[in-house]
Amino acid sequence: MERVLEEAGVPPRRRETAWSLGVAFAVMVALFIAAPFLVYPVFLMKALCFALFACAFNLLIGYVGLASFGHALFFGWASYVTAHAAKVWALPPELAVIVGMATAAVLGLVAGSIAIRRQGIYFAMITLALAQMMYFFALQAKFTGGEDGIQGVPRGRLFGFFDLTGEMRMYLFVLVVVLAGFLLIYRIINSPFGEVLKAIRENEQRTISLGYKTERYKLVAFVLSATLSGLAGSLKALVFQLASLTDVHWAMSGDVLLMTLLGGLGTVFGPVAGAFLVVAMQNYLATFGQWVLVIQGAIFVVCVLAFRRGIVGEIAHGLRVQL
Amino acid sequence: MFEVFGIPSQALFGQLLLGLINGSFYALLSLGLAVIFGMLNIINFTHGAQYMMGAFAAYLLLQHAGIGYWGALVIAPIVIGATGVFVERFFLQRLRKLDPLYGLLLTFGLALIIEGLFRNYYGSSGLPYQVPETLQGGRNLGFMFLPNYRAWVIVLSLAVCFATWFAIERTRLGSYLRAATENPVLVRAFGINVPRMVTLTYGFGVGLAALAGVMAAPIYNVSPQMGSDLIIVVFAVVVIGGMGSILGAILTGFALGIIEGLTKVFFPEASNTVIFVIMAIVLLIRPAGLFGRNA
Repeated sequence: MERVLEEAGVPPRRRETAWSLGVAFAVMVALFIAAPFLVYPVFLMKALCFALFACAFNLLIGYVGLASFGHALFFGWASYVTAHAAKVWALPPELAVIVGMATAAVLGLVAGSIAIRRQGIYFAMITLALAQMMYFFALQAKFTGGEDGIQGVPRGRLFGFFDLTGEMRMYLFVLVVVLAGFLLIYRIINSPFGEVLKAIRENEQRTISLGYKTERYKLVAFVLSATLSGLAGSLKALVFQLASLTDVHWAMSGDVLLMTLLGGLGTVFGPVAGAFLVVAMQNYLATFGQWVLVIQGAIFVVCVLAFRRGIVGEIAHGLRVQL
Repeated sequence: MFEVFGIPSQALFGQLLLGLINGSFYALLSLGLAVIFGMLNIINFTHGAQYMMGAFAAYLLLQHAGIGYWGALVIAPIVIGATGVFVERFFLQRLRKLDPLYGLLLTFGLALIIEGLFRNYYGSSGLPYQVPETLQGGRNLGFMFLPNYRAWVIVLSLAVCFATWFAIERTRLGSYLRAATENPVLVRAFGINVPRMVTLTYGFGVGLAALAGVMAAPIYNVSPQMGSDLIIVVFAVVVIGGMGSILGAILTGFALGIIEGLTKVFFPEASNTVIFVIMAIVLLIRPAGLFGRNA
């Protein structure tokens, strides 16, 4: 895995080019502010939720080098718990989201401590199997509503006064939370802790020999990634007022992997771009039925064979800047 | 009729038989994965799709060419195995020098493409495939009824597993294979064409998956998604067994099938998840897997 990013050609971090990140962030925020006046807000909210999900996923695959095939587990279960908390316990949205995130954090702690016992492709298979197990739990548990899911989840009033029923208000809420999550992830990967994560990605043995308990770092990164994926799932439950089996299915883990790979593994903005592209594709090609699956598969194949840096990675490489 | 632990013998042995059948498929598929992993160092995510293609090959041969089960049992693995050779030659070979993760991603993408194409043309509902005439019916063993076809599946699976084990562990060709797994550069220096061997190994593993698909066609319906759910369970089986040993893959496959069958009798709610739970426990106690070498 340590070779992945080298092969992908992610440029080494350079302080003097960090201005590109600031410019890109400003452009991204400006686009998000203008977008709801041009595009259907529910579509944007969906893409934003997936952008956060993909960024959280990228924290693990792009910066620690751990390829999880089971992240739907955290996304989907947080979504169920938030939906249940908002609908049955009648919690306000902020608490419902926090309960969902806490669930994802606990699941991340359990799944993470099992999965980090193996590396590489075993890690991928283990996370996939654990996620499938929890998929079956979701299918059988009473509170998830089985095939029907949890429908008609109330969005409620944020902090008791900010009514989220209107699409523009909900969009504002989602945008603020997603940007906060995005900045938090950026902060994590540029902290001393993040430097250790990257060291593990590059050469785990050497990091151990330097005296770092890499297992602990990997576990903390896994829990952080799971929690933020849970945040994305919780938001999605409120946006669509629905939590369903789709969100815990392995295909969802494949989707988030595709978004991250297409945008660019280990880039700051890649997962966001990838999420918007994949969600747009699923939206506009929905009428073509199963062809969406074929196209997604083809994108995987093309990305792996010809295009390992991803879109944002290629742009960053071409312009010789960090993105 | 008699009872065991308060369960009628028919139900108990019936589920045990089902477990053995599932175990046969787990064993065949995890064997193919282990063989491929040994040579290519990648996990073949397309394995489930290739198993499904094997079942479809049997169905299509019958529908369009009038070739029945016995013909399909020979033709399908060869044809699907040939597609595997193509995939290895034109896709996987390009990734030889990269991180194994890319092989995983590529085969995952291929699995999506194949499943999507078949769903497009054949929908999501299952297509029926008849049990061949010579194997219809069954016999009463006194404590349970044994359908002939199911007995055949178990016997054939055991035979194929044994033959594969024998070929790899006890023949000259197998020793080349094992040597190339250990040190491909040195084996090449002896004048053995290692890249071709790798290609053919992948084709062989894929052929095993297709054979399992043909065997499964009369038991389960032939459907585009028959592979994707099964392959995740088989991954768990592979993690439990560890991929170091061929025999380990076979034994773990059968054993977990039986355990799953027994769970269906005594605790049906957990029958879907028992293998995953066992995987988690094994990882906590013995991370390398039951038969695995060091991680």
